[in-house]
Amino acid sequence: MRSTEAFRVALDALRANGLRSLLTMLGVIIGVAAVVILVAIGSGAKQEVEQQVEGLGSNIIIVVPGKFEFGSAPSVSRLTLDDVDLLARVLGDRDRVAVSIASGETVRVGSRESFVTVNGVNESVPNVFNRPLARGDYITDTDVDTRRRVAVLGSTVVRNVFGDVDPLGRQVAIAGVRFRVIGVFSEVGSTFGVDRDAEVHIPVTAAQRLFGVDRIDALAVKAPTTDSVEDLQVELVAALQEKYDGEEFSAVTQTQILGTIGRILSLLTLVLAAIAAISLLVGGVGVSNIMLVSVRERTREIGLRKALGARQRDILLQFLIEAVLLCVVGGLIGIGLGVGTALLVDAVSPLPAVIAWWSPALAFAVSAAVGIFFGVAPARRAGRLDPVVALRTE
Amino acid sequence: MSAAAVEAVDVSRSYQLDGVAVDALRGVSLRIDTGEYAAIVGPSGSGKSTLMHLLGCLDRPTSGTLGIGGRDVAAMSDVELAALRNSTIGFVFQSFQLLTRTSALDNVSLPLVYRGLRRAQRRARAADALDAVGLGHRLNHRPGQLSGGEQQRVAIARALVGEPALLLADEPTGNLDTRSGADVMAILGRLNEQRGVAVVVVTHDPDVAALAGRRIGMRDGLVESDSGATA
Repeated sequence: MRSTEAFRVALDALRANGLRSLLTMLGVIIGVAAVVILVAIGSGAKQEVEQQVEGLGSNIIIVVPGKFEFGSAPSVSRLTLDDVDLLARVLGDRDRVAVSIASGETVRVGSRESFVTVNGVNESVPNVFNRPLARGDYITDTDVDTRRRVAVLGSTVVRNVFGDVDPLGRQVAIAGVRFRVIGVFSEVGSTFGVDRDAEVHIPVTAAQRLFGVDRIDALAVKAPTTDSVEDLQVELVAALQEKYDGEEFSAVTQTQILGTIGRILSLLTLVLAAIAAISLLVGGVGVSNIMLVSVRERTREIGLRKALGARQRDILLQFLIEAVLLCVVGGLIGIGLGVGTALLVDAVSPLPAVIAWWSPALAFAVSAAVGIFFGVAPARRAGRLDPVVALRTE
Repeated sequence: MSAAAVEAVDVSRSYQLDGVAVDALRGVSLRIDTGEYAAIVGPSGSGKSTLMHLLGCLDRPTSGTLGIGGRDVAAMSDVELAALRNSTIGFVFQSFQLLTRTSALDNVSLPLVYRGLRRAQRRARAADALDAVGLGHRLNHRPGQLSGGEQQRVAIARALVGEPALLLADEPTGNLDTRSGADVMAILGRLNEQRGVAVVVVTHDPDVAALAGRRIGMRDGLVESDSGATA
């Protein structure tokens, strides 16, 4: 038998049971679409991280207590403000050592309030991180030394608590304590749907009193050159470990942090794709099942075809093509649905989604393979039917 | 004496039915010559259907030799048997066995599909075959749109289209009224006479059997009587 003929017969059989074919295909459609969508979202998140790595200066070093490792619990910090001087001595430049202590607090002006991240910082933050101001001034060393209650607000905070009113020089209540607004940050937008403009900076000394602690969470250092980063990482940790005997500290670059996030995202993508692949497998079982039904229903037809001269191979081919056709057509529809949904998600939700060229190709190949894998058993059964028995079947 | 279309020598066939061996044929010797018209008659369970399946190469004998066109069936592979069925044997069944969603034309061309012929060729030959059974005006009708007699004529056209040497008909009139049955038998007789196709009809009906030049009676897996044994 010519393969075009086998193709035509298979297509005919699928059309004869239109609804059944469609429902069977649905399993494959959903499976393939799920794989494409989840891989797209995972790839999108990873690409966003990679773009941020590229945009960052690679010579910022973050110093945190404990081991910086994926999966390890955050440690209780024993770092204090005195460590700024320690790191400054290692670095040789006090203006390039920034500190941070963060807490979620409520900011209120009159009856309007907003829940924000309050960051206790020193005057070096603009030297280390790229955080330009839209208006006003940043916190100064005097503000830090005198524990002055002044604040620099992110644009979202301004919008939420001041509305259209000019915030400069006005009072805000942070966790019930009054602060004077001295500056407003330029808008930076959001990352992974987290608004980076919902942030307030206050002097670290004022923050320690506000939060009732004398520790700091982390230190950040800007290395003078990219080449000196690696040596500095070692020296900074050594200096701290000498001071705090038996404690662990880590000095990591932003690139390393984002690299870790990237690895987590890759793993997550893989897990999501694997879960989606299970639904594809279930779809394949559905195809196998319906092909067995189809073979049983058409036992007499198979007997007749054999009596008229069909070889085992001809019958096998006919049913195998039918199964593969179910999966491939379902796969193509699934790819269309998946790509469409991924583009929609990218357009209307904060989740980024990127269609990697290989994911539809892989989904297509897998659905064809599923068709062959799950079609072979029923097709072989059909091919092996004894024509005498098959013809006698009612 | 003409050549044998099919020759069985001491053929037996037994089945395992629920673990019990059933001897359907117990040593049948039979020779059908080319161009012969024979009827196999006998009660249910006498082995006539089994014999027909063997003559049609749908099955292999348990013992004995079965030769079609001078070749021993037992020595042939499944693929060779399929090719042999396709080229030398035409089947007509009691229940027509037409593909319901397929036109008369495509039903008739089905054997040629397995011969690897192109669609246009198949359709031309199928149209000729349908013409020969008087259905030249029904090419694109589906089985459901045809009467029982017409359906059986489509089935005969399908048996005929491959130009077989032997046409096997299993109760061809069993599902038909008397008039349609007579039409069908007339066509079979004409094919035998005009084209020299050997026709073997398995039947219960004495009237149908009487049309054949030779009458083979079967009982309990053996040939009981043979009005014109040529061996």
